[in-house]
Amino acid sequence: MPGDSPQPPAAPVPAEPPAPSALMAAVLARVGTMVLEHHAEFGDDRIHVAREHLLEVCPALRDSPELGFDMCLDVTAVDYFGNPDGFRMPPRVWDENRGEWRRPPQSRHHLVPPPRGPEPRFAVVYHLLSTRHLHRLRIKVRVPEDDPTIATVSELWPGANWLERETYDLYGIRFTGHPDLRRIYLYEGFVGHPLRKDYAKEHEQPIEEYTGPGAKEPRRPQVEYVGPASKEPDRTR
Amino acid sequence: MSDPQAKNPTVPAEPPVRRHEELELGAAATGALEPLMRLQFGPSHPATHGTVRIMLDLDGERIVKADVEIGYLHRGFEKECETGYYYQNIPYTDRLNYSSAVLCNTAYCMAVEKLLGIVTPERCDFIRVIGCELSRMADHMLCVGSSAMELAAFTPFLYLLEARELVLDQIDALCGARVTTNAIRIGGVIADLPEGFRDFSTVKLDRAIKLLDDAHKILTDNIVFRRRLEGTGYLSPQDLIAYGVTGPLLRAGGVALDLRRAQPYLVYPQLDFDVPVGEHSDNFDRYLVRMEEIRQSRRMIAQCLERIPAGPVNVDDPRVRWPAKNQVFGRMEELIDQFKLVTEGGLFPPGEVYFGLESSNGELGFYLVSDGTGKPYKCRARSPSFSNMSPLGRSLIGRQLADVVPTFGMTNMVGGECDR
Repeated sequence: MPGDSPQPPAAPVPAEPPAPSALMAAVLARVGTMVLEHHAEFGDDRIHVAREHLLEVCPALRDSPELGFDMCLDVTAVDYFGNPDGFRMPPRVWDENRGEWRRPPQSRHHLVPPPRGPEPRFAVVYHLLSTRHLHRLRIKVRVPEDDPTIATVSELWPGANWLERETYDLYGIRFTGHPDLRRIYLYEGFVGHPLRKDYAKEHEQPIEEYTGPGAKEPRRPQVEYVGPASKEPDRTR
Repeated sequence: MSDPQAKNPTVPAEPPVRRHEELELGAAATGALEPLMRLQFGPSHPATHGTVRIMLDLDGERIVKADVEIGYLHRGFEKECETGYYYQNIPYTDRLNYSSAVLCNTAYCMAVEKLLGIVTPERCDFIRVIGCELSRMADHMLCVGSSAMELAAFTPFLYLLEARELVLDQIDALCGARVTTNAIRIGGVIADLPEGFRDFSTVKLDRAIKLLDDAHKILTDNIVFRRRLEGTGYLSPQDLIAYGVTGPLLRAGGVALDLRRAQPYLVYPQLDFDVPVGEHSDNFDRYLVRMEEIRQSRRMIAQCLERIPAGPVNVDDPRVRWPAKNQVFGRMEELIDQFKLVTEGGLFPPGEVYFGLESSNGELGFYLVSDGTGKPYKCRARSPSFSNMSPLGRSLIGRQLADVVPTFGMTNMVGGECDR
């Protein structure tokens, strides 16, 4: 995209952060002391919570009548491998010619990969829905690489049981207190967790070696797997 | 089976059935009880359309424990999406729910549009609604038809499959494919409505609804069908909510949560439709809700065909639109736009976004994390089948072995969506 092509006009940068939405105000009033930061990116309300406080925040969100988050839609994780905490919106600059604030055009080739930040590697993401009030909230909890454990919420929302199993299966995040933490998609004996960023997509782990016609010819060369946290065998089974 | 509901006050206690451990202990201690029989239902059983395994521990014909195993169709959808450009991932979403692919396309594209802040033209929204509702009809027809066939009702299966064929003809006219449609684009649709689509669609839909009425007459008053479905597969509304069940299953339990009504998107606020709600939360209500939703979809399509405005079907935004070929060869800006789309995949702001819509089985949502490049850093599909399947084992406990087939059929697990 050329740098001088028509860009959608960007709103001027407000002097102070915008006021939180009504939902976010209610959330902050209830559990504000444990909320590290809150955002309303693209209209989605989101709070960041420390790992230690998850089991205090979630029951409060579920049981308070004005919030009433009774449905846990989704549990997943994000692997910020080699990236700092999330991805920030690029800064806006004052365009003298246009007389307005706008974002500088950026492209993949101009992006400098950010240095690896000190923040924990993983983020566990919960999507909550209130079937009474019809509002949504996203909770993000950072989990470090050397100790990828977090408390389970499957006692609060039984639907999180399978979702946490899936997150464990694909990201290797262990949910302490989970009643049945097994792999859900992949087979027993699978080494590693494939949605981690250091798990190469081409890496193959067939359950049984192929013995049919043409079996003597070498298969595609296997990519060496270099996942640091996943080399040890899976001991939770 | 552990009991995750033990500390949840909103969920009632388990029904009074003997627990697995007690039975085994009792059998060992006194010899009075027959030992449990373990039955493996699936993974390739004619009634598990899709591949799923249910490990059943049976006391006579009563189910004591049911362990549902999924994952036989896991293809690494999310890993695959992270390596492609945003627009290259649209065909993968076809394969999520292969019986209603347009809904999956729409959910993905609308999530990307939310990331970009794109507002699509109104004609595009109408075409999307038509495609979505046709998909919903096809999905429900397949679900009801195959469930009826598993209960030995073969004639309605043929009726409903013929009706589905008529619906697929219209999807074919919309986008050129019947099942894996690839019909929706970021910021638009693949093509405008073909000429004469309104008459074509009306004729096809009338025939499809007539077949549906016939199937309805055969099934709804059939004593065998009713006895297999009534009262089976019960889950309390509290359970449904706590397990994250959405869609027709939730509405059959009396919870009127339909995102088309509750958090409207596209042009649904302009349309006149009803949200059918059951009251018994059993398989028969799920069947009735699905049958009524087909009729409501037909109503919506008729209204859309009446009201669809003229205009463009694709948004004219250089970040996502593909320029016409003659412009690419003749003009500088369009050439650069095309080049940038091919080599970089477009320009996307960093951040994260979630968008969910009402798919045929419930809320289908996409959670995208963007790092500012043309490929999604993470592309997560929140699939309704996955969450709808998780309480299946619980709803089977204490029931008869014969209840597995209708309960599983009415859950309508779609393997591609559940296992991703």
